[in-house]
Amino acid sequence: MAMLSFEQKYRVRGGTLVGGDLFDFWMGPFYVGLFGITTVFFSLLGTALILLGAAWGGTWNPWLINIAPPDLKYGLTLAPMREGGLWQVITVCAIGAFVSWALRQVEISRKLGMGYHIPFAYSVAVFAYVTLVVIRPVAMGAWGHGFPYGIFSHLDWVSNVGYQHLHFHYNPAHMIAVTFFFTTVLALSLHGALVLSALNPQKGEPVKTTEHENSFFRDIIGYSIGTLGIHRLGLFVALSAGFWSAVCILISGPFWTRGWPEWWNWWLNLPIWH
Amino acid sequence: MAEYQNIFTRIQVTGPAYPGVPLHPTDSARQPGIGHSHLLGMLGDAQIGPVYLGITGLLSLLLGAVAVSIMGLVMLDSVNWNLWQFIRLLPWLALEPPPAAYGLRFPPLNQGGWWLIAGFSLTLSILLWWVRTWRRAVQTGMGTHVAWAFAAAIWLYLVVGFLRPLAMGSWSEAVPFGIFPHLDWTASLSIRYGNLFYNPFHALSIVFLYGSTLLFAMHGATILALGRFGGEREIELALDRGTAAERGGLFWRWCMGFNASFESIHRWAWWFAVLCPLTGGIGIMLTGTVVDNWYLWAVEHRFAPAYPVVYPGLVDPATLPGAKP
Repeated sequence: MAMLSFEQKYRVRGGTLVGGDLFDFWMGPFYVGLFGITTVFFSLLGTALILLGAAWGGTWNPWLINIAPPDLKYGLTLAPMREGGLWQVITVCAIGAFVSWALRQVEISRKLGMGYHIPFAYSVAVFAYVTLVVIRPVAMGAWGHGFPYGIFSHLDWVSNVGYQHLHFHYNPAHMIAVTFFFTTVLALSLHGALVLSALNPQKGEPVKTTEHENSFFRDIIGYSIGTLGIHRLGLFVALSAGFWSAVCILISGPFWTRGWPEWWNWWLNLPIWH
Repeated sequence: MAEYQNIFTRIQVTGPAYPGVPLHPTDSARQPGIGHSHLLGMLGDAQIGPVYLGITGLLSLLLGAVAVSIMGLVMLDSVNWNLWQFIRLLPWLALEPPPAAYGLRFPPLNQGGWWLIAGFSLTLSILLWWVRTWRRAVQTGMGTHVAWAFAAAIWLYLVVGFLRPLAMGSWSEAVPFGIFPHLDWTASLSIRYGNLFYNPFHALSIVFLYGSTLLFAMHGATILALGRFGGEREIELALDRGTAAERGGLFWRWCMGFNASFESIHRWAWWFAVLCPLTGGIGIMLTGTVVDNWYLWAVEHRFAPAYPVVYPGLVDPATLPGAKP
């Protein structure tokens, strides 16, 4: 049950970063490792604290549960538990769990003789999260600038911070990030569709090969990036979306405090126009 | 860490160009030009072309050029045909849809008539390009998955520029052509209808937007990490599971207790990417037609908190005379 027919020969010892052979085992389909233990520790503690925050908050409506960061008056100090301290501990737990998860991915990559592309990619997402709840709040001088933990409350935060800059769509890094997000969806749909269309051809046709994939795209747009290239492109656009998202919020506040539409005045005032 | 990371191709083999799989007897010929680019070859395939133009491709490009030309000329006209100011103000310039007073009628050319003509040309161009994706798949015996995915994007395009204006009874509801102007339209729509973040279909669309990004990061990274086992040979590995497919599957199984196969990951990819514009289009279609204020709708359906009134006596601008056409 827990093992696929070919799995046994891959379940070998070694590849751990820390802990040697001590935690080098599997539970069901999961690889454990030292970082599996720390992942479970941080995520259980964090989840329990979120439930505690929900109990304090007075609603069990999952859409409305909200765990807010401390008031701005606490600056970068530790706040009382009921006034944002909980948010601070949950943030520590979240970062602990995310970093553990990334290191666990490193160990699994080593075990399977794979490159480190997956933990690297995941680290970009973790970086974006850390930017929101640590780097930017520290740059702004208060933990209160972090976003609240809650499904619709964090959307309110996005909305409010956006309108504090009048019109966030004019943030150039936000523009780049959104462009990368949309490009990623476009590229993913094309890649997924192309592979499926080769594997699931017209009725009565044999399964197609890479030659057909290349020909289809050359026919349509004059260029086929190829089977290896599409994954390089896909990884690049996906990670760029996350990276520029982090940049767009990091510059809003610490480096630019006015409305974003106004930022573009430098372009209108270039000396070349006169 | 100095080892090969599979980010760039280091050694390129140059051979004769591949003319493409045999064409169907009813096809016209592919365009003759085939080029090679060493720079492109470092990232992906070095061969450029041959492209298949065909009648739908030709017409699509022509109509697209007509649409873009109209947009450019109207914008140029708005700065009194001053080319220097055109470049300077380009991000702010727009080809706006007709004013609300015209409803769904055809207005004078400089009152949105050009917008209708440009939009019509662009739509025809896009639809012809869709026919092209469908035809090329069928003519080469492949599945039509690309065409259906493209259709999902066209659905969103038609909702914002055609179907929703139709339902609202006015072309003025449509998106203007222009860089900043279309962003202004997006922000205005959200504010006018009580914050689109409370629109559940908008939320779903964002989930699929971020989900697609997550999936492509996971998938792209997995394939690149399997480079030394030939992980990019996806079709072969989907049909005859090799060690690359086994390792790729086991990575995610050991990491999160579950894994896709070399075929099914592309089904996940396709659905996530397709559902993004599909749900987004539904969300926009309902905005202003069925739901007038998403925040109040969310409070009513108990997924948004009812915030206390901080500024009493404030009038909802949407209720004022003149707010609606």
